Amino acid sequence: MSPDKNTKEMICIVCPIGCHLQVSTDGEEVKVTGNRCSRGEEYAREEMLSPKRVVTATCRLEDPQHPRLPVKTDAALPFEQIEALLAEVYSLSVKPPVKVGQVLIEDFAETGVNLVSSRTIQTQ
Amino acid sequence: MRTEQIDALVIGGGAAGMSAAVTISAAGFSAALVEREDELGGVLLQCIHNGFGLHEFKEELTGPEYAERWIHNVEESEVMVFCGTTVMEMNLLEDGRKECFGYSPQHGVVKFVTRTVVLTMGCRERNRGNVMIPGTRPAGVYTAGLAQRLVNMNGYIPGKEVVIVGSGDIGLIMARRMQWVGSKVHGVVEIQPYPSGLTRNISQCLNDFKIPLYLSHVVSKIYGKERVEAVDITPLKNGVPDHEQTFQIKCDTLLLSVGLIPENELSKQVGIELNPLTNGPTVDSMLMTSIEGVFSAGNVLHVHDLVDFVSAEARLAGEKVIDYLKGIKPKRELPIKPGANIRYINPTRINPDVDSEIYMRPLVVSNNARLKIMVNGEVVKQKKKPHVQPSEMIKLKISPKFFQDVELTPDSRVEVTLQDEP
Repeated sequence: MSPDKNTKEMICIVCPIGCHLQVSTDGEEVKVTGNRCSRGEEYAREEMLSPKRVVTATCRLEDPQHPRLPVKTDAALPFEQIEALLAEVYSLSVKPPVKVGQVLIEDFAETGVNLVSSRTIQTQ
Repeated sequence: MRTEQIDALVIGGGAAGMSAAVTISAAGFSAALVEREDELGGVLLQCIHNGFGLHEFKEELTGPEYAERWIHNVEESEVMVFCGTTVMEMNLLEDGRKECFGYSPQHGVVKFVTRTVVLTMGCRERNRGNVMIPGTRPAGVYTAGLAQRLVNMNGYIPGKEVVIVGSGDIGLIMARRMQWVGSKVHGVVEIQPYPSGLTRNISQCLNDFKIPLYLSHVVSKIYGKERVEAVDITPLKNGVPDHEQTFQIKCDTLLLSVGLIPENELSKQVGIELNPLTNGPTVDSMLMTSIEGVFSAGNVLHVHDLVDFVSAEARLAGEKVIDYLKGIKPKRELPIKPGANIRYINPTRINPDVDSEIYMRPLVVSNNARLKIMVNGEVVKQKKKPHVQPSEMIKLKISPKFFQDVELTPDSRVEVTLQDEP
């Protein structure tokens, strides 16, 4: 085994199956075993190089029946951006009607990631 | 009093109830869906995290999104929906039909006279009383699901310095949620030597935030008069608390994620036989309970870890209700029993002449296990399982082919065992 060879075990978080992955890097090359699908391989590669997470939270909703609106990022966000995104989510206030998938924050911090509503709320 | 004469009454408008009702209605039978809360969706509405829908919709959805897809299916169907309505009573009529009473501020008392009932009431959380944590009784002790509802739906933060008891999925998800609303989670305390939630949740909810997971530990005392001030944590040594190693964590909030119990008050009231292994009704190959015409699916039957499996199981229950309404019954059934390393199998009877799906929970953690399906002690099918653990339910398809080489008699028994092969 060459000195820049590095093996790591990780649990795939792409879906609830939670595959146990063996990831080895040899210089630029990332080798993944233990994955059941191609998304697991992609996750492991990304986790080794630059970890990202989908963020789910709630923001204020101006509706007496539903004071909070569930929201999510439409793609995984770089780890170090999560705190800043959450600060923005918590200062947001949405007026119904709002549709599931509706963009609430577009292209957050030029990451290409949008914050979208994950629920439809009609006006009363 | 309003009276509804229907083919099927589905009690509980969460994932299971919506799936069962839509299935029954699509076959042309009249179905009513009764939900205690003011809107359909059940616990999904407070589960704002993602990971739902990979089997059902082949994409990753949040709980509210998953619920919305099903609410849409219900709205498109002929299903009669009664929200804000609680079914308090079920009576068995002489002609085999069931009479149920629903109470609601909007509809008043509604009497349902129905040919079949599907129980889809879901489950509720075990609480401090169930796990008997010693100490004072201050404010700040919540079940994890209640805290989840407070944060995600009502907009309240239950506390700032948090300790979580139990590593069930709701507890793990809440660990991350509390971190993301600005609180600090000081640790997750698990009595078992292995985590009881999904592995991916250990990874993304604890490891991402460097939250310590104390396996084989218990919370041995709660301190605080008005509000929780601290908890004692004691490791277990050979299953016994080792009090000399007790340490204290200061906190103002304790979240309990210590398991779920199928909500079977109505089932008990009407005398349905419950399975002590699952706390849900004992069901046959049609997912029918000990009372003819009463079916059950979802978390009220046995606690699932994936909502997709709940929807699938309830769809199956719906299909079996349709069969029952058409007078189709299995020609024969065999009892199926959990063998070595299996805690329970649901249902408890299978029809060997059709494809069936069974759900079971293993008792062990193994990275190389073999499932064996046996009839009369003879192995008829084997399956490799690269990873099993008690928190992850095993779903298994049983095919009539498994039985083609064995002689089935009325005394035949099916048994499933799990063997760890190191």
